[in-house]
Amino acid sequence: MMDAQELYERMKKVQEAKGYYFNRDRERTFELLEALLVNKERHGYMGCPCRLLCGDRDADKDIICPCVYSVPDIDEFGSCYCNLYVSTDWNEGKIPHEYVPERRPLEKMTF
Amino acid sequence: MSQPDVKIFSLSTCSHCKATKKFLGDCTIKYEFINVDQLQGDERKAIIEDVKKFNPRCSFPTIIIGEKVIVGFKEKEIKEALGM
Repeated sequence: MMDAQELYERMKKVQEAKGYYFNRDRERTFELLEALLVNKERHGYMGCPCRLLCGDRDADKDIICPCVYSVPDIDEFGSCYCNLYVSTDWNEGKIPHEYVPERRPLEKMTF
Repeated sequence: MSQPDVKIFSLSTCSHCKATKKFLGDCTIKYEFINVDQLQGDERKAIIEDVKKFNPRCSFPTIIIGEKVIVGFKEKEIKEALGM
């Protein structure tokens, strides 16, 4: 089974190429990566650790990490909803760390 | 002065929920919590309905402090609600 370090290395490579970086607070980042692995074990997919999953991969496909909302959230706030993926400016404290509001539409919440 | 009752609807996996619990713990505030992701069946359904009454989006953490509802780990609002 994959561990958090392996997941970190794997996702870092893919996401950094797109301009998204892990939160440089390693404790927070690894806590979230561990939580993603818990969700994978529980449901079979790496659903967002900060949202309630319904257990159905199709219904939750918009919140499989990195979620579809992370792109507009990083664009607007410099961070995804969980503070896992962030922009360089967010990591360097050049923009304020605002609390990212839930962007997922109500009708998607089928749990 | 006694503190208002504090209840947190949380997820065991959520970093904002963990940060909220840590903050309250550090401030020696007593609180109850329910990790909704760890519930199953009818109990889970019933608690989700409860959460929706306080927060229709059913996002986490949903924090109830006395009569106030705070959605998310918003330290300033939590402190205000606790009179800190």
